[in-house]
Amino acid sequence: MTESTTPAPEPTPAATSPAPEEDPRSGAAILRKIVGGDVVISFLAIIIALVIGGVLIAFADEDVADTITYVFARPTDFLGAAWTAVSDAYIAMFRGAIFDFQADTFNRAVRPITESMTFATPLILAALGVAVGFRAGLFNIGAQGQIILGGIIAAYIGFAFSLPPVLHLFLAILGGALGGALWGFIPGILKARTGANEVIVTIMLNWIAVYLIAYVLTLGKFNASGTGLRSPQVGPNAAYPPLIPDFLVPGNTFRLHWGFVVAILATVFVWWLLERSTIGFEIRAAGANPHAARTAGMSVGRITVLTLVIAGALAGLAATSQVLIDRGSLTAGVAATYGFDAITVALLGRSRPLGTFLAGLLFGALQAGGTLMQSVTSTPIDIVFVVQSVIVLLIAAPPLVRAIFRLPDPDAPPKRARAAAKEAAA
Amino acid sequence: MKLELQGITKVFGPLVANDHIDLVVEPGEIHALLGENGAGKSTLMNVLYGLYDPDDGQILLDDKPVTFEGPGDAVRAGIGMVHQHFMLVPVFTVAESVALGYEPAGPGGILDLGAARRKVEEISERFGFHVDPDALIEELPVGVQQRVEIIKALSRDARILILDEPTAVLTPQETDELIKIMGELKAAGTSIVFITHKLREVRAIADRITVIRRGKVVGEASPESTETELASLMVGRSVNLAVDKTPAELRDNELVVSDLTVLSGSTPVVDRVSFSVQGGEILAIAGVQGNGQTELAEVILGIDEAAAGSVTLDGKELLGMSVRERLRAGIGFVPEDRSTDGVVSSFSIAENLILDLYDTEPFARGVSMNLGKVAENAEFRTQEFDVRLTDIQDPISTLSGGNAQKVVLAREMSRPLRLLVASQPTRGLDVGSIEFVHKRIVAERDNGTPVVIVSTELDEVLALADRVAVMYRGRIVGIVDAREAGPAGINRDVLGLMMAGVPLEDAVQQAAGHQSTLASADAAADGKDLT
Amino acid sequence: MSTPIVPVTAGTPVDDVPASGAVLGKISYRIPITYAVLAGAALLGLVGTMIGREGAWSQTTEFQSRYGDQWFTIPNFSVPSLLTVILLTVALLAAAVYGYLLTSGRKAVPVWLHIVVGVAFVLAFLTWAGAGKSAVIPVTSLLAGALALSVPLIFGAMSGIVCERSGIINIAIEGQLLFGAFAAAVVASLATAPYLGLVAAPIAGALIGALLAWFAVSYHVNQIIIGVVLNTLVLGLTSFFFSTLLADNSATWNARQPLGVIEIPLLSQIPIVGPVLFRQTILVYLMYATVILLQIMLFRSRWGLRTRAVGEHPKAADTVGIHVNKRRVWNTILGGAIAGLGGAFFTIGSGLAFGREMSAGNGFIALAAMILGKWNPTGALVAALLFGFSKNLGNVLSTIGSPMPSQILLMLPYVITIFAVAGLVGRVRAPAAEGIPYTK
Ligand SMILES: Nc1ncnc2c1ncn2[C@@H]1O[C@H](COP(=O)(O)OP(=O)(O)O)[C@@H](O)[C@H]1O
Ligand SMILES: [Mg+2]
Repeated sequence: MTESTTPAPEPTPAATSPAPEEDPRSGAAILRKIVGGDVVISFLAIIIALVIGGVLIAFADEDVADTITYVFARPTDFLGAAWTAVSDAYIAMFRGAIFDFQADTFNRAVRPITESMTFATPLILAALGVAVGFRAGLFNIGAQGQIILGGIIAAYIGFAFSLPPVLHLFLAILGGALGGALWGFIPGILKARTGANEVIVTIMLNWIAVYLIAYVLTLGKFNASGTGLRSPQVGPNAAYPPLIPDFLVPGNTFRLHWGFVVAILATVFVWWLLERSTIGFEIRAAGANPHAARTAGMSVGRITVLTLVIAGALAGLAATSQVLIDRGSLTAGVAATYGFDAITVALLGRSRPLGTFLAGLLFGALQAGGTLMQSVTSTPIDIVFVVQSVIVLLIAAPPLVRAIFRLPDPDAPPKRARAAAKEAAA
Repeated sequence: MKLELQGITKVFGPLVANDHIDLVVEPGEIHALLGENGAGKSTLMNVLYGLYDPDDGQILLDDKPVTFEGPGDAVRAGIGMVHQHFMLVPVFTVAESVALGYEPAGPGGILDLGAARRKVEEISERFGFHVDPDALIEELPVGVQQRVEIIKALSRDARILILDEPTAVLTPQETDELIKIMGELKAAGTSIVFITHKLREVRAIADRITVIRRGKVVGEASPESTETELASLMVGRSVNLAVDKTPAELRDNELVVSDLTVLSGSTPVVDRVSFSVQGGEILAIAGVQGNGQTELAEVILGIDEAAAGSVTLDGKELLGMSVRERLRAGIGFVPEDRSTDGVVSSFSIAENLILDLYDTEPFARGVSMNLGKVAENAEFRTQEFDVRLTDIQDPISTLSGGNAQKVVLAREMSRPLRLLVASQPTRGLDVGSIEFVHKRIVAERDNGTPVVIVSTELDEVLALADRVAVMYRGRIVGIVDAREAGPAGINRDVLGLMMAGVPLEDAVQQAAGHQSTLASADAAADGKDLT
Repeated sequence: MSTPIVPVTAGTPVDDVPASGAVLGKISYRIPITYAVLAGAALLGLVGTMIGREGAWSQTTEFQSRYGDQWFTIPNFSVPSLLTVILLTVALLAAAVYGYLLTSGRKAVPVWLHIVVGVAFVLAFLTWAGAGKSAVIPVTSLLAGALALSVPLIFGAMSGIVCERSGIINIAIEGQLLFGAFAAAVVASLATAPYLGLVAAPIAGALIGALLAWFAVSYHVNQIIIGVVLNTLVLGLTSFFFSTLLADNSATWNARQPLGVIEIPLLSQIPIVGPVLFRQTILVYLMYATVILLQIMLFRSRWGLRTRAVGEHPKAADTVGIHVNKRRVWNTILGGAIAGLGGAFFTIGSGLAFGREMSAGNGFIALAAMILGKWNPTGALVAALLFGFSKNLGNVLSTIGSPMPSQILLMLPYVITIFAVAGLVGRVRAPAAEGIPYTK
């Protein structure tokens, strides 16, 4: 075992005859780094994903289907129809996600970007929770259930009490975090005490949460309406205020609220936690090598519990952005699919706080854009799932992207240098 | 079968592990390949075995060039290999392990385990191996696992057998047995490539010796060469394996272990062990790998749980404390397996240097870490321990084994110690690093710290220890005092016999009456030295 | 170290028989504690809630075993509710005590005791739920429904075993089930031949398996990432086509094409279990075959030996000429095919058209069943059946009405699984090389 991880011999001068390395500062090397690097790979992955999405859109379009019957006679009809279908869909997506250039007021034109941020808020928060778990070597699939529990408690505090401004919101947020934390504590303590696999336990807890919220909604206080579908609305003091005040964009109808700031703060907090705190040091050590962590005196069981509690709390915060809003209330669909999408977002963000934040924004934009696209074209929003998954898949496999575009590998020494190494060895 | 390697070159990234190596093994000879750790011996043999593609060079069998796409081809050509790290699936039985890849099977691919069992029994009988075909691999002692590996190779009619550091896991007596087996194989016409970095063995066994240093063949030697000649050929300079140390000055502080028992399931792996170590002395725990030493060391730190007994340090009971509390109580611990227990390989060198100090002043205040201090500490420690590196923020996986071990040592010695426990402190290191590590350990002893060394290398035990405790099947067979016995008293033979479970007195008697193959080779060579 | 190894030395080794007074290890009371918790739940939750009830002693519970046409039928029978529950609770308590005695005496708790405890608890629960109700407890249809709910889980778990035993983590079971369901429905509908759907489903699943293998083996992408993402991909694709093609023209693309029920003569006439096990579609018989074949092949065949070697210690496999990555690729494709076939149960196997997100998390439950069954086909089978049964129990009870809210009853299978994982199984040992890409 030791041998395989013992990388190199003593780097004394006579030790090896290293391959002559190209000067890393040379122009060619820099160019290769840029072209083959992360940013370009991510960009190209998005392009490929959109192309694949385009093919699907064209495939499902009725006009395209009509023209395909005589594609050999008049291929231009087919191509034209396909182009129209795809460009319509993507233009709609852009208008829904970033900037609506067809809008008649400024307010309407910039609304899409705020919508994207609104969609991104719960995604970022829940994904941060999943990411913290990943860093500790825990595969927390339980964000879905944690969101639900957070939602139940946040909503209860929100509608059942009448408290002064700020305090009410603060307590409701805290309650949401606590609810999620509780749902994270269970798999944590079970894993630490009995070794129960956290993947199984979190999956099961997701389902239990689904039935729990259905049950809770039938209970007295939650079921004021008597339908068992919707709780009373949270009090006005318990709702996040709008983020863009009216004096900045007069008469705006943006849904974007202070929950987004919570997401930013949470991102900064998670960064600090992981990179600058002793707890993060423990989390990362236990995730990378639990044996060494134990030998160094860390309690891996305690770290497991703590990590899942933190992860759950973050997911619980995600719920607050759905419940604690103007005239917000609790429904069984409070978690939508945020808990599952969060896994993909965390993976795309490589479990890094900033990466997760950006990935959350991207997914939020796709969500917002997809919603408009679905309503103005015949393309269903499901295409967004396809685009999202292709992006993550490709970003995870840079060699594939490089192969598709015939890009050089920035890490591999250029062919010439390798040949030279052989000669040097001779 | 005659084997010839011509100009074999193998490159790993920037590292040239094998640099135009030429080697000829005549039919029926035992050819020793001697070289330091990391010299490239295993790499060369993996190339020969088809596991690695050579970047250059060719292999000839009976003067005909051959190319191997994979180990399957090599096996078909009559090459068998016992790897340094055994290639056995822990959850398989012996019969399954031997059958794997060449399974006797009936219709539908259903295994004929009866045939596999018979094969094991047949070969096992022929060489007197006493291996049970139905035993689970993970439950076998390493010595027996090695025999399973040899059976594997023989069951495929290997005519060239490669043994990669086979003696590393054996007692001296078991080594004698192995030497006998090699003799029998040789008599039956099998060529053997015997790899080692231990000088004594090659002289006893080899017909010819090829020495490799830093990926290159640096010379051939005959078994008649002296140890000193071989050593300087292997290392490239003259080496002094003995450690300069003054007689121990004992202090009052001590570690006392009494009746300590550790269980694995319901079997005791450490069985009512008692000993004490005083400040200023080194107690070495010797024994063949897997006789409870690992567990003993781990239970002192608290990674393993004791079922009974007590461990006191300066009068304070340690059992019941958490690992952290014990570390705070002043235990320095160098784990046996550096890569799994000693370092987090994706962490930076600086982070690894505070792996068990990260939450103490000055590295942390409350839960907030002070990265400036962490870096400062790293600069200081790496200089103090002469760690060769490019940047303290690089992951520790970029360091060589020796330098990574220095990092572990630097970390463990960077706080005032009341006890140092070091398991296999020099495993896999080159001679330079070994010297350094030994010096630091002796320095800690001279500081007045009680030191416990766990080592399976007799050379290391003899070089460092003030007293030696030999463990066998979880028990301490006996404790030998290095100061009183003198060089004539505790020789290798006595310790070797004790490592096989023979009590001290019997061992002394037996050793007097019988000389091991290695010892007689020593004697023969020494005789030559004199003439 | 139980093997008879003769020491190699000529010397006399110290005896290795532990002398009297040897220290013994700590005992884990996990199992008796679990039993005791169940017994306690029965005592408080069942007996406790009944005993105060008006006329509790005269209430009865009626069980029914009739299910379709059969030669012999056992007539419905009634039992006195409270007495039965009390007796069963006493049996549970006795089992807990017996389990404690066994464990404290360092003896293993036999499997039959698990079964007794499980059956007793379930019967007690059923008796309690049906007490004083006019509705009968339909025992046979309870079992039949349980099996139906288990079929995709079992296929999924077998898929997981085939992949993970070779070292590839298959989180994409969910996607493979869904794609199998989709392909089976669409092909069967287009060709108006359900059996063609049966061919299409494994091909669809194998396709997802091939994608998983490609990214895992060629690009060393983290296998959990690929699995999660493939699930999303399949969800997106099938939903997309469902909302476009299938919704627009469902008569052509998504017409129902049920597989016919095949009745095995004689066997299907056995009371209670006969109709449950042997009056089924071909898909269920294929499921039986898959489990049995896999159990044999995995531990008794060349394929199984090599598969396990590749999953435990790929380098060792490589040194004996086994092509590690090739084996992993083929196993992953095979595993995908098995899950795909299981997916067909949702559509043609149940006589339904394809619906959005039809696999409804079954892939993840299958994963849980695989882990709970410790990567053994029979173990996973039992775990999947346990899950299917408790799920159907919840369904049946919430329809016939019971003292417990239906939402709580529907949590049952998930709570029971957590219990099983934490209480009975604990730490499990996955194939050692699982998830680690193999490079030389
Ligand atoms: N798979 C590998 N990848 C990179 N470097 C390797 C690999 N295998 C061995 N090495 C390096 O090659 C050198 C020679 O190793 P090895 O042949 O194992 O030495 P020996 O067997 O003589 O101790 C060492 O520096 C080692 O770190
Ligand atoms: Mg080696």
